Amino acid sequence: MSSRQFAYLSNYAIYSAMFVYTIAFFSHAVEVAFSVRHAEDSTKFEFAKTDKAGRIGTAMMILAQIFLTSGVLFRGLSAHRAPWGNMYEFSITGAMAFSGAYLFSLIKYKLRWLGLPVSTAVLLTLGTAVAVLYRPSAPLVPALKSTWLIIHVSAAIVSGGVFLLANTIAATYLILDRIESRGERNAWAKKLPSLEYLDQLSYRLVAFVFPLWTFAVIAGAIWAESAWGRYWGWDPKETWAFITWIAYAAYLHARVTVGWRGRRAAWLCLFAGSTFLFNYVYVNIWGTGRHTYSGL
Amino acid sequence: MREISNELPLGGIALFRWVWRQLTSMRTALFLLMLLGIGSIPGSLFPQRTQNPMKVREYLASHGSVGTWLDRFKFFDVYSSPWFSAIYLLLFISLIGCVLPRTLEHLRAIGKTPPLTPRNLDRMEGHLVLSAGDLDKAEAWLRKKRFRIRRDEFSISAEKGYSRETGNLLFHLSLILILVAVGVGSLLGSKGEAIVNVGERFINTPTSYDSLAFGKFQSDQSMQSFSLRVTDFSAKYDPATNAPQDYTLTVAASHPIGSVEKKIIIKVNSPLTYGNTKIYLQANGYSPVVTVRDKSGAISFHGPVTFLPQDANLTSIGAIKVPDMNPQIGFVGSFIPTYDRNSKRGAFSAFPEVLDPRLLLSAWKGNLGLDTGIPQSVYRLDTSKMERIALKQLAIGETLNFGEGSITFDGWRAWVNLQIVDDPGKLYALTGAILAIFGLLLSLFTRQRRIWVKSSNQVEIAGLAKNSAPGLSDELTQLKKWMEDEL
Repeated sequence: MSSRQFAYLSNYAIYSAMFVYTIAFFSHAVEVAFSVRHAEDSTKFEFAKTDKAGRIGTAMMILAQIFLTSGVLFRGLSAHRAPWGNMYEFSITGAMAFSGAYLFSLIKYKLRWLGLPVSTAVLLTLGTAVAVLYRPSAPLVPALKSTWLIIHVSAAIVSGGVFLLANTIAATYLILDRIESRGERNAWAKKLPSLEYLDQLSYRLVAFVFPLWTFAVIAGAIWAESAWGRYWGWDPKETWAFITWIAYAAYLHARVTVGWRGRRAAWLCLFAGSTFLFNYVYVNIWGTGRHTYSGL
Repeated sequence: MREISNELPLGGIALFRWVWRQLTSMRTALFLLMLLGIGSIPGSLFPQRTQNPMKVREYLASHGSVGTWLDRFKFFDVYSSPWFSAIYLLLFISLIGCVLPRTLEHLRAIGKTPPLTPRNLDRMEGHLVLSAGDLDKAEAWLRKKRFRIRRDEFSISAEKGYSRETGNLLFHLSLILILVAVGVGSLLGSKGEAIVNVGERFINTPTSYDSLAFGKFQSDQSMQSFSLRVTDFSAKYDPATNAPQDYTLTVAASHPIGSVEKKIIIKVNSPLTYGNTKIYLQANGYSPVVTVRDKSGAISFHGPVTFLPQDANLTSIGAIKVPDMNPQIGFVGSFIPTYDRNSKRGAFSAFPEVLDPRLLLSAWKGNLGLDTGIPQSVYRLDTSKMERIALKQLAIGETLNFGEGSITFDGWRAWVNLQIVDDPGKLYALTGAILAIFGLLLSLFTRQRRIWVKSSNQVEIAGLAKNSAPGLSDELTQLKKWMEDEL
């Protein structure tokens, strides 16, 4: 197939993924919104009846993941390179990593309820990518032509996906914490796990991916050394990657050595995640450094 | 964590010890780490002199006293400012003070046996009472699982996961190594740039550079001996988007100077390496080749003149100075690699490759101002004491006559900007980075836990996991099964 055909195929796959994510979104919404009270005891809920909607949601998330992954793959095939040359490509790959991190965590943890925020975030990211960030498939500028592109960018994207997942969980923690401080949980919130579980989970995700983020930063430094003549130059992107690293290091220390839990830890986790998002959005689009590959 | 008294003691040594204890407490180290992060933010929001001095000048010109005050607090040189260095150095000292005592403590702890079994196991995690089993059986299981074991008469105290602390310390020691490496690089390194035309030779001596900066303890004695003859440079651009696709520089290199030349290809992502010195292809542009003749027709100047690119399509500007003519003659020029024009922009370049070049020249006569002692840019003409005498756009082979003589546009040559960096700290930084990742993995994925077995009138087991790491209860259940198994 020609480059052009692959590019078209990629676009179709992305549109299909968005369609399926929409179905997933509604399935999860149905699961959360409609809780059936127990016939005899009205204080209890029957979750079995909305369980089907949740299962459909997960199936749709998997199908959408397949479409999205092939969309990213075809994009790479159309340009004969890793599909990480501009912000449209970063965004579709980032969305893929985010929902992929969710599906992977699903194997080990009871996380299905996260399908609603995850499908929402992925739909918003893909929508922005298609409507605002889209650029035709094109070859890379010389500075990006390196094996380190694959190593550095993939590590950064996967870390970003998991960081954002941890952020979503921390945000859920704070919302549920608010609800609980006012009294009993609402009907829909009863299906969600305990605060302690959420607290532990967001910590585990961060602890799991922090070494990968460290690696992403170091791989970036090694690449910068061979492309730009220095391994660290306080380029805005480097500076913010460093700030994100420090914020997560502080989060891990706060938990392990100082013993922070719950609300304070969740806020610190959200703060650290927002430095990552700031780096992605602000530095790519309005920044002045060498990392301005948005193509905008 | 150590207990810290908040009262300020009097007296020299006591005060010093108090300051040292404050500085090396974990809390201070964390605070300094956060401060380093916050301190680096302004450097990403304001233009920095080390990265973009032009932008800094523009900012200062357009922001009046705000800019002056920001400059006074080094907001345009954040990463070399005294306050940033202060945070960095304090963090460095704090880290050492934090990590070294813990390392010694850990080394001592490695040889020791685990602490005594607590009296009441039923207060511990995962406490189980067994129906059968004895201490020997438990010891065999724990040994197989590589626990450290303290065997007493009626109890076993076992511990596993010391490598958690080993990893933790390795990580922090590696960070210290990285900080040292950064220091070594900036004190003992050098960094310079030189523009070389295709066909010319670059010899690695300080005078060959356009700009060269040495670290505090570095001198020109330690420069690598090499020379490069630029034999070819080719740049490829995407015909649809004009974006660069590939730069390839071919040099004939001799290392050390005088040895047989070798053909070497340098690309953006593959620099040429000689020891700690690396030669990078950093930028490229064009030098128009001109011949200047005086009234009699004798050649006053001939050769390529480096012009600086101004946009993505490499429209370049520069100056040609001919001080030997009388009166002195200078030209302000603009080189257009692929000529196009429209009513809005006038003449402009439509593509970065040289397909249809033009040289726009204005000729000036008078005093070039070269002997005033004030350093002058080679790319600009100081026309304050000069008078414009002619203006013309030339294609290759065409000549401009300006009364005092003539100038001919003979052709062009590509130039490359070589960046030559000597960083002796680099390898240490890399080693530190790799060790840091190993340390991190070891400390984050090792579970440290204790297991106790007690045999009095009944057999009990219990455990304790550091940082409530998961999996302890599974492990205790396994041990229970093993011990109760009569076979």
